[in-house]
Amino acid sequence: MASQVEDQNRRTALSSLWRYLQNDEARSGMLFVLPSLIFFFVFIFYPVAYSFYLGFHEWNPLEPTPTFIGLDNFQELLTTPDFVRTLFNTFYFVTVAVALMVVGAILSALALNQGIKAETFFRGLYYSPVVTSLVATAVIWLWILDPDLGFMNSLLAELGLPEPRWAASRTWAMPTVILTFVWREIGYFTVIYLAGLQGIPDTLKEAAKIDGAGPFQLFFYITVPLLMPTTLFVLVLGILRATQNSFAVVWVMTGGGPVGATNVMVVYLFQNAFEFFRMGYASAVSLFIFILIFGLSLVQFRLIGARTEYL
Amino acid sequence: MAQTADAMTAGSSTIKSDQKKWTYRGLRLTLYVYLTLGALFVMIPYFWMVSASFKNEGEIFETGINLLPRDWTLYNYRTVFDEYQITRWLLNSFLIGFILLASNLTLTVAAGYAFARLRFWGRDVLFFIYVGAMMVPIQVRLIPSFLIVKEIGWLNTYQGIASLQLIEFFGVFLVRQFMLNMPRELEDAARIDGCSWFRVMWQIIIPNSKPALAALAIFTFTAAWNNFLWPLVVINKPEIMTIQVGLSAIKGETIPWGILMAATTISAIPLAVMYVLLQALFTQGIVMSGIKG
Repeated sequence: MASQVEDQNRRTALSSLWRYLQNDEARSGMLFVLPSLIFFFVFIFYPVAYSFYLGFHEWNPLEPTPTFIGLDNFQELLTTPDFVRTLFNTFYFVTVAVALMVVGAILSALALNQGIKAETFFRGLYYSPVVTSLVATAVIWLWILDPDLGFMNSLLAELGLPEPRWAASRTWAMPTVILTFVWREIGYFTVIYLAGLQGIPDTLKEAAKIDGAGPFQLFFYITVPLLMPTTLFVLVLGILRATQNSFAVVWVMTGGGPVGATNVMVVYLFQNAFEFFRMGYASAVSLFIFILIFGLSLVQFRLIGARTEYL
Repeated sequence: MAQTADAMTAGSSTIKSDQKKWTYRGLRLTLYVYLTLGALFVMIPYFWMVSASFKNEGEIFETGINLLPRDWTLYNYRTVFDEYQITRWLLNSFLIGFILLASNLTLTVAAGYAFARLRFWGRDVLFFIYVGAMMVPIQVRLIPSFLIVKEIGWLNTYQGIASLQLIEFFGVFLVRQFMLNMPRELEDAARIDGCSWFRVMWQIIIPNSKPALAALAIFTFTAAWNNFLWPLVVINKPEIMTIQVGLSAIKGETIPWGILMAATTISAIPLAVMYVLLQALFTQGIVMSGIKG
């Protein structure tokens, strides 16, 4: 009796699977998704799981197997001055870079949106650094800011101003990498702000003008508040980009130096993994970055919904 | 008394309109000053790079601002081509770029189409997973992926460089979003005529998604071309290097600025040409999505 029911169940399960496979639409759907799904498991799911595993181990790839050490990596992470320094540097880099990018992008977008004749030309020009690679950008700015032969110090010398040692100086190295990064990124956010500005209905501005609002009032009471969703979006995106893309600029310009002055999280991760071969510890660092970026991306994803609604 | 008050308001209103005119002029002036300064800020680095690449060593070492070379020389470019495998690096980058372009477009369109237009069991759960995959930063995948690639023996190979980025999940999201907006009637007629789902995609959905696909193509190619972190991890042989890794390797040797700037100029030319030709497409992608970090 029991076996009969079981049999029946198996048969319905089989037949529903069969019916499912007979369904052309479902079969095609699965088939189309399959390649990317395989990629997902091999190059995303497995690596993330493996990072979690490695985070609790100590391992130099020259040894045969990782050794389990519990939470030691995370404890080291939170207590070593190196990592705390890295956190501080990342914070420094990200906040200053994002602040400069937001201000630069709003002003540039606003200037480009005044209906001037050469708008296309200027917009194309402002966006061009975004197309230049971070490595090339870093090399170009090293040359501009070369302490002895660079354009910047020659200019400062002409003006009789002090000439910093830029990337070679402990205090100036961070401003140097930030300036380089911001130079490349402003255009990207300018384009986003331009889209935001063009989404503000003209009727609102007209109404405010009729009520006697001057250009400054128009800016602070109409434009800025209505750009809030864009700004929120740009802030999160800016933090995401600055945290991750700081790598190329810092790596090429200073390698994290001098004396760790520009060592940000992503560089620290790279050094520990591929220079000191501390795969376990580096994985713990990567998990830290993972949680940070994943959390921010979730916020950003919510904002995309809000933003499209607004636009 | 009333008269004087009238006169006063009349006077102040002309002052006011005068003031308005001046504010307006002042703002216009500020606008153009700002735009020009911005343009200089963007242009000077490029200018300084190209100019140095044509200067001879003696001129490089002169202090002071010499915007243009006095004696134009091709020495730096000749040295770069003679002493480094820069042609090879450019070709490598093109190759990787086209491989990734092909794989990204194929995988993305297939998945995006399935998520947008087909009904199948588990679809929404899968899409949820893909959105999650979009948010996983490269850093957390770096070490395990390196170990996998090393295990398969793909270090210093093109497969090794390409493997990690065969598909960018954000593209699936973008393409799905675009395809969702097409009317259902588009494919219904074709289905009644007995078209397979593949043919519906190929002949109806894809031709109607051109703007999204063009933006995706540009995004993929530039991202592949400019990518640095992963290639840096999997390559150390000069003949497999991409142009970015090669450039950073040249920078690592302490060589004269002129030669380094010639190499940097060469590295930037391909995308610069593409940008000049297809400018609108570049910014369109951002406006459409504005999401990838």
